[in-house]
Amino acid sequence: MPLAVDIRKTFESAERRFTLDVSFKASTQRVVLFGPSGAGKTLTLQAIAGLLRPDEGKITLNGDALFDSARGVDLRPQARRVGYLFQDYALFPHLNVRQNIGFGLQQGWLNPRARIAHPQVDYWLDALELRSVAGNHPAQLSGGQKQRVALARALVAQPRLLLLDEPFSALDSVLRQRMRRELSDLQTRLDIPMVLITHDPDDVAAFGDQVVQATDGCVRENQPFTGYVRSER
Amino acid sequence: MQQAWIPLLLSLKVAGWATALNLVFGVAAGFGLSRWRSGARDVIDSLLMLPLVMPPTVLGYYLLVLLGRRGVIGAWLDRFDIQLVFTWQGAVIASTVVAFPLVLKSARAAFEAVDPQLERAARTLGVSETAVFFRVTLPLAARGILAGGLLAFARALGEFGATLMIAGNLPGRTQTLSVAVYSAVQAGDDGTANFLVLVTSVTCVAILLLAGRLVPQHTLLASR
Repeated sequence: MPLAVDIRKTFESAERRFTLDVSFKASTQRVVLFGPSGAGKTLTLQAIAGLLRPDEGKITLNGDALFDSARGVDLRPQARRVGYLFQDYALFPHLNVRQNIGFGLQQGWLNPRARIAHPQVDYWLDALELRSVAGNHPAQLSGGQKQRVALARALVAQPRLLLLDEPFSALDSVLRQRMRRELSDLQTRLDIPMVLITHDPDDVAAFGDQVVQATDGCVRENQPFTGYVRSER
Repeated sequence: MQQAWIPLLLSLKVAGWATALNLVFGVAAGFGLSRWRSGARDVIDSLLMLPLVMPPTVLGYYLLVLLGRRGVIGAWLDRFDIQLVFTWQGAVIASTVVAFPLVLKSARAAFEAVDPQLERAARTLGVSETAVFFRVTLPLAARGILAGGLLAFARALGEFGATLMIAGNLPGRTQTLSVAVYSAVQAGDDGTANFLVLVTSVTCVAILLLAGRLVPQHTLLASR
């Protein structure tokens, strides 16, 4: 996958100072960002999506610079065409499933109508078995359904890259295994590059064609992977 | 008795305009304050909240100084032959200023309660910043804004001090409900006073019932 990230950002508050230092090149379609919480994984995803502005560095996707402090490039998140699956899914609570999925298909100041009929929306409703809850609001959905809606919403816009923030952490273990398989199949079918962040070694086993390690703000691909295999110490 | 409807209709007209204006300016100011990160924010916030604590007559005096013929704004408006003192439009401005903090405070709190993650999600889906505001932020804050709007309407309906200072007490033209009650009592016209008070009370109860009906439904919707 032609994603290269090389950025730095320092956060300073009265209590502490945190430096995010990210440098990795993705060489496969499935990259897992692995590390404990608070290590800077979400910040890294936000920087790739354009939701966080690094102090300096460069982010390129398929050869296009998304961010390049040296050349003054900083594409807005709207222009990056990067799909983002948020940890809590961030579904729009005032819109039903159809409207959530169709959100990115409609520009302008109005939300899609409650019965929006768009081939893309219908395709994803069927593909992710959401047809029966199409008119429901997010509060009426189960955890697995919420995740599928969030996934459909991100994929409908045909992003060039899919970012997933702890996609399975809100699910129980049975559902977690099933959604892992579904996501894996979907990724293979669409052949969309993705970066998934997790602190769960099982996710690493399922998606970690390439593992990038995050430790205390330092995100590197070539650090020895110690968290999963060598736990006997 | 027939004449009692005139101040009621005038009051409803004035309060309606004042609420509409506040839904634009109060919401805009509330949104600005909720997003603005600066040390000056608290100072601006305090200044904008002043109408809530200042005596309405003092506010009315300020408005008179500003909008009167020799006032800074009044002199300028006079060149276009626009006069606000002793007109119902002047009463609208008085009610708007007095009720402004109620909308501002509700709107600001409502905007601050909107999960920023949802706005981020909308951005990654490619919609413009303006569209994010109208499609995500505003609908999710609507409940709080609506509650503020109803409070502002009720406050504007009961406005007395500032209205009297700038619009006066011209029966049929600027005499609003609360001013009419005062006039009737001053004139010893108990019948009219009783009737006006009854009309006012019924109107206020109706507004509160309406508010109670509107707000909880939106509460359910937004908290989902």
